[in-house]
Parts: sequence; structure tokens; C-alpha cells
Amino acid sequence: MLESEGGGTAEDVVEMRTVVDLTRCQGYAQCVFLAPEVFELHGEEGLLYATAVPDDQAERVRQAAAACPVQAILLGEEVSSGAR
Amino acid sequence: MVPGDLKEGRIVIVGASLAGLRAAEALREEGFTGSLTVVGDEPHPPYDRPPLSKQVLLGQATAETTGLPMRREPDAEWRLGVAATGVDLLAKRVLLADGESLPYDRLLIATGTRARPWPNPAEAALDGVFTLRTREDAAGLAERLDARPERVLVIGGGFTGSEIASACRELGLEVTVAERGPAPLVGALGGTLSKLAAVMQRNHGVDLRTGVTVTTLRGNGGFTGAELSDGSRVDAEVCVVALGAIRNVEWLADSGLAAGPRGIACDAGCRAFNMYGIVTDDVFVAGDVSRFPHPLFGYQMLSLEHWGNAVEQAEVAAHNMVNPGPLQRPHLSIPTFWSTQFGLNIKSVGVPTYSDHIVIAQGSLEARRLAMVYGYQGRVTAAVTVDMAKALDYYRHLIETAAPFPPPPGAQDRAIAADIPIPSLVPDPSGLSHGPTVALTGHLPDRRLTVV
Amino acid sequence: MDSATLLARITDYASRPNPYPLYAELREAGPVVQQADGSYLIGTYHEIAALLHDPRMSADPRTRGEVAHKPPFLRLDDPEHHRLRTLAMRPFGPPHSPRRVDSMRGEIDRITRELLQSFEAGRQIDIVDDFAYPLPVTVICRLLGVPREDEPLFRAWSDALVAAADVRPEDDSAEEDKAGDQARMEMGGYLVNLAEQRRGDPGDDMLSAFVNEPDPALRLTQEELAETAVLLLIAGHETTVNLITNGSLTLLRHPEQLDRLRREPELLPRAVEELLRYEPPVHMRGRVPHADIDVAGTEIPQHASVILALASGNRDPMRFDEPDRFDPARPDNQHLGFGSGIHLCYGGPLARIEAQAALGALLPHLGGASLVEDPPPYRQNAMLRGPRHLPIQL
Repeated sequence: MLESEGGGTAEDVVEMRTVVDLTRCQGYAQCVFLAPEVFELHGEEGLLYATAVPDDQAERVRQAAAACPVQAILLGEEVSSGAR
Repeated sequence: MVPGDLKEGRIVIVGASLAGLRAAEALREEGFTGSLTVVGDEPHPPYDRPPLSKQVLLGQATAETTGLPMRREPDAEWRLGVAATGVDLLAKRVLLADGESLPYDRLLIATGTRARPWPNPAEAALDGVFTLRTREDAAGLAERLDARPERVLVIGGGFTGSEIASACRELGLEVTVAERGPAPLVGALGGTLSKLAAVMQRNHGVDLRTGVTVTTLRGNGGFTGAELSDGSRVDAEVCVVALGAIRNVEWLADSGLAAGPRGIACDAGCRAFNMYGIVTDDVFVAGDVSRFPHPLFGYQMLSLEHWGNAVEQAEVAAHNMVNPGPLQRPHLSIPTFWSTQFGLNIKSVGVPTYSDHIVIAQGSLEARRLAMVYGYQGRVTAAVTVDMAKALDYYRHLIETAAPFPPPPGAQDRAIAADIPIPSLVPDPSGLSHGPTVALTGHLPDRRLTVV
Repeated sequence: MDSATLLARITDYASRPNPYPLYAELREAGPVVQQADGSYLIGTYHEIAALLHDPRMSADPRTRGEVAHKPPFLRLDDPEHHRLRTLAMRPFGPPHSPRRVDSMRGEIDRITRELLQSFEAGRQIDIVDDFAYPLPVTVICRLLGVPREDEPLFRAWSDALVAAADVRPEDDSAEEDKAGDQARMEMGGYLVNLAEQRRGDPGDDMLSAFVNEPDPALRLTQEELAETAVLLLIAGHETTVNLITNGSLTLLRHPEQLDRLRREPELLPRAVEELLRYEPPVHMRGRVPHADIDVAGTEIPQHASVILALASGNRDPMRFDEPDRFDPARPDNQHLGFGSGIHLCYGGPLARIEAQAALGALLPHLGGASLVEDPPPYRQNAMLRGPRHLPIQL
């Protein structure tokens, strides 16, 4: 990222990432109901998801993470690329 | 040393992928306040690999967006894009490729694996020949698939190869899978489910060739096709070599640690052994690069290439790095993995290759929905579900409690044949193109089950 | 007291306002506590979770010979359960209709706003009659394609059916069962008739989708359609009303958490999960083992009646830190509010969206509100537990 003059980064909004612990996932698909733009069932119970969460979907993904019956969804920032 | 000291000092983690990141987070959660440095040979912050063979190939996500979300800010110094080249156990320093060395009080090794390359370097260098392990691999392969090649050749019918073939078919691309063994996934799941896997591939239009090896990759600059051991030839524009993984241990060759092709041996507390079999106090191992003993599987050393194991072992290692002996925990979780391919969700718990017999306990092969239970010498050692993941916890409990095999009767959708165990038919891995993603690296008395 | 009377004491109407001390007694006496009527009562989290995933546990009352007719999928076992639930899911959720519930958010918000229009400071209102009941009824009618004005008709049927399905010891409920059967027949007939009117002339509702399914292999029989539609209509409004009402009651009893949610509305999704743990709409589920099973060292014989106290599991200190504390930000909240395993609540996602919308919109009104009665009067039902009325002063 480019450093702007003010010392902040050029892009202030950090895009969120999501990862699902598919070891825990049992295919309840609650996340697909609540955030169908991000989570998708592949067949009857296989789960695919968009790894990048657009800003307008973040609230839905938060709902999905709260609702997951096996608490397998993590939403957060990745380690910043400007890491030391 | 008073316990409080373990929460301070210098910790170096070598490996900046899933295990490295989760260990770093867990160290802070455990109250570690000292300096934390994470070294990674790839230039990227930790990213997730499972989507690379699924969403990324399908175009539902791009390789650059697979960065792993943090559970918490691990407040670490990230040394990315520089490989570790050695470790001096006596001086307690990690040596880096850029000539620098990092002093540590405790070290965690989580260098994982890399894709096994095509053995002929000149052929492997042909344009259009890929392996699939890194973000760059996936981005390159996705780009090629997006250009609609006439045919894709996948060498190796393990999970990665099968998932790539599944993605190709979903994209409407012609694909050939060449597997030396009798069927796809046979090395991981045994005979019966491998037959289902073969049927699924063929039903989805995969040109599946089993019992053959690829002898030569052809091309003049760019890959044009391959010759097979049965004398046939496959014309294709893209080739994916999916021959399993190699553990990243070469950098430890002179370290004095018990590091070899099967990984770095450690105890149940994730502490590394040295080459004399003496456990170290300050070097820990986690993730795909480790091999560790498991009491449920005869204390054999297990090597797992599983996402869940990387997370759980990293958490145990982190806990043990900052807690004194009596408070340390063993890494005893049951191996678990999943694969989504050809519209089916396959989940496994336990060690399917540690088996002599199986039963289909629920559902049926015909319904493409079933729970298969694996037994070894009269007790339950593994279970695999196909589109029946909600049943897996029950079978995990049977494995944890060493329940008798076949499992008790009474399942509501019990298969007609649930009482009739049949041989599990786990082949010798040396006859396969693909390795199991869980390997017993000791020996069973009655059979050979090693992978190198 | 005698632990063999626990089920009788839990289901006693006098316990309705606060069954939780009895659940604590149950866990203490457990994990498995045989009752005077021969049934087995279980209230510890890990045992309940394991049994909800145990393929040997039947949800089908015919396993004990209790009813003769084929029940809806909620009370069927695999593979029949799987087939019917999958068919019922086709017009409602993933993989075939992944956007259906999400697309109802706007309408749910609109209905919520309309209901709240009359909520003026200084007024006394009944959360149940004025808000928590009309919202899910309107939503499920819209979703299924049932005329809202028929509500008085199916409310009576629903009351009879829910009474018949309640958990009670020494099941001597012949009269309720008969009334329930009658209501089930009439309600099923009513819904099948509605569906038939849409054959060849489908609307954007689920009854239309069921009768106009082009693939014969994916079509419900008339009996299956009746059972499924009855189940969805009842479940769609009998449980969400409790979730919203219990939520309002809990927030009014915890003003500091109410303030926190008003300051941090982003906590609302987790607060709803915590309500599902702390005051779940469904307190108990019955199961029947197909074989002799061992639960934590107790042998439960084949075909025994097993009652899983989900609401007790939600308060198990072996699973949840400070389980009797209402904590909207609770981490690792793997509650049993919607059950678990293959019978996990079919309509859970819709209930969540309704509860989030309802409580989110209600929050500004609750700031200065107070309970008129505490505890409020409860409904008779022990299994589907919730207040009959919740009068509050705005």
C-alpha cells in the first residue's frame, strides 16, 4: 500500500477475509441462508465461500458467524502486507 | 526456572502459514509477552490453501484474496520472503537465507510441505505444467483454465487431483486423470469408497485412466500431451502434477533434529526429538511437517496433511511453549479431513488406512449418501461420511472410546449389509500415484503402510 | 426431593415461570434420571448433544407404537426424514433456494415498523398480542401462501396440535391427542385445498412451489404435503413468538445489557444466539432408542421414552461459563436452542432474522419501559415455553 502524506494508508478500508473451519462444518447451511452472496452449498452439504468479504456483505457474514451451529466461521483482517 | 519466565523471552516460529499464524495468536492468548518473530519463505502473509483447488479454480475467489483472517493481532515481527536455512541448537539461533540469524529461547518449526514436482525437470519446466500448492500455482492454473484449454491432464488421483478434475468438469473442460493405483482416493479411503470415487468421476465425464503411469510429458516449450505406460497418448494443453507432498525438512539436515522425509519426529507434547531420539526442551513442531505418536493408533507416528491438525497442533504447541511441564497438554485430537468434489462432501475421522475391515453403517453407495466405518482387529478406527457429515460426531466418539467393530446395531437408516464386514483393501502406497493425506509412518505387524 | 418426580415437577404449570432450578437439580441427579413413569430424562449438555447425533435415536413416535399415521419430517427418521426434509427445503433454502430467506428481510423490517407505529411512550402494550405474535404469523402466511385473515381459523387448530404434542409424565392425554388428531386433519385439509388452488397457477409462495414441482420424483404426496404444510405453519409462528417475547422479557430484566445493545447494535446477532441459549423457545424434545444404549454408564433399553431437556443443557456449567448469566457477547456459544444433528430447526434462519429485526426495532422503545407483571402469565405448554402475555408500560 502507498503511504499517503498524512502517514495513513491510501486505502483506509481494509477488506475483510473469511475462513470456515470445514473440519467442524456439518453442512447445516445456516450461513448460506443468512449470507447467500458469500456462502454457497455445493451439492447437498459441501460448502464453498468467497474468501474476500465485500463491505456490503460484512454484516451478513457477522450474522452467519454468530448463527453457525458449530461456530466454524471466522471473519477478520488478514496480517497486513506491510507487516514488519 | 519459575513458570512466569516462560511467558517472556524470544520465540521464533519458522513457517508463516496456517500453523504458524494460529500458533502466534495462541501464544499471545496464552499470555506470552516476549518478542515473537515469524519467518516465512513465501512473500505473502499467511493464506489459506484449501480454496486454491476449489473456489479459486472455479473463479469464485481469486488467489490473492485467500489471506487468513486473524483471530487476534499476534503482535509479531513478520520476516516474509526469506527462507530459514538452518538452526544451531547449541547457540539457539535460526539461520536465514539473507545471512542474518535470529536468536531464540524457544523455537517452533511449522514449515509444512511443498508439492512433489514432476521428476523430470526439463519436462516439469514445460509451459502449461503445474503443481498446486501455492497462491502463485493456483493463480497460474486458474488463468490457464479460464483460457478454455482443449483438455487438462491431471496426474494423480488423490484428493488434490480429484478436486482439480472436479473443478475442470464444473468449468466444462475435458479432463483426463491418470492414476497408477486401481482407483482414485484408494490410498486414503480404501477399496470400496475408491470405487464410488471412480464412478463419480466417470459419471461426471472425467476420462479416468487407472493402473497406468505417465511416462513422458511432451512439448516443445509448451506442454502438448503425455505418454502413458499402456502405450496410449493423451493430448492436452495443461498438465497438473498432483503426486502428493514433500515435507520441508531439508533446511534441518545438519541441525541434529530427527528430521527426515516423513517429517520431524516429536512427542505428544509437540516437542521435537533430536537425532538420538532424545526429546528437546526448546524446539517444538506443528502442522504438516510434524510426525507424532498417537495412542489410539498403536502409538504409531502419524504424519497428517490436514487443515484441522495444523490448527490444533499449533494451539497445543503454543500452550506447551509457555507452560511448565506439569501444565503441558498432549496433542491427542482425532485426525479429521474433508474434501468436496463432484458435488459430494466427503469427511473422514480417524485413520482409514489403519484398518482391516469396513462396514457401511448407514445409507448406501447407490444413494451416494453413507457412513462407512473402518475397523482394525475388532475395534473402530475410522469413519468416512459421504453427504452425511452430521453423523460424524457419533463415529468420532466410537473411535475415541475404542468401541468394538463392527459398530453397535440400531442405526435408523442402517444399511442392509451393516453387519457384514468386508476387507478395507488399503493398498501399499508405493503402488499409487497419490499418497494418503494421513500416513502411519511406523509399521503394522501384518502389513507395510509406510510412505516416503 | 425425589429425582424420579422431576419431569412431573418441571411440567407442573407452577414451574413455568422458572424451571431452571429444576434443571439444575436434574443435572445434579444425572446425567440420566429415570422418572416414575419409566421415561428417562437427560439434562446435561454433552449427553444431549451426543444423543442428538446418535443414529440409533429415533424421533418417530411410531417406534413406540404411539401413533399410527406417518408424522411430518420433524418426527421421522432417516432415510425418510432426509427425503422429506430435502423436498420441503427445495423452495425454502439452499441448495435450491438459497436467497429466499435473505430476500424477506425488507418485508420483515416493514412489518416490524408497522407494528411498532402504535408504540407510544406512556402506553401499556402487550408484547405478545401487539408484536411478537403478529410478526411471525404475517411472515409465515406470506411465505407459505396462506391468507392472513384465516389466522383465527388456524390458531385454534394450532393450539390443539401444540397441546397434544406437549411433554408430560404418564402420558394420559387421550383427550388432547384426539383433539390434536382432529385439528391435524382439518388443518391439513385446509392447507392442501389452498395448495390445490395454486396448481397450474403458482404464486411466489411455498405451497405453490410444492404443488407445481415438475419432477414427479420430487413431488410430495397429498398426505406428505398436508403433514409438511401443517408443520411449517405451526412451527413458523408458535416458536418465534416465544423467542421474541422471551427476548423482550430478558432484556427488560437486564437493563445494563439492554443499554449495551442500544449502544452496540452490532452485538444483536450474538444477543439473539444468547437468547436461544438462555431462554430457548423449545425446552424439551422426545426420542426413542432403536437399540439398548449406554448413556454415561446408564443402560437405556430399546424403545424407552427419552426426554432431552435442551434448555437444561443450555445452562450446563460443564459446557458454559457462568451459564445463568445473560451475556449478549458470549463467546463459543454452541447452544441447543435450535437442537442439533439432522433435526436442527428447519426454520431457524427465518426465526433469527425475525428476532433480530424485531428486537432491533424494539430496543429504542424498551429504554424507558417497565414490566407490568414479573413473572408474566405463561402459556400452559412446557415444551414450547413462553409467556401468554407480556404487558409492559412504555
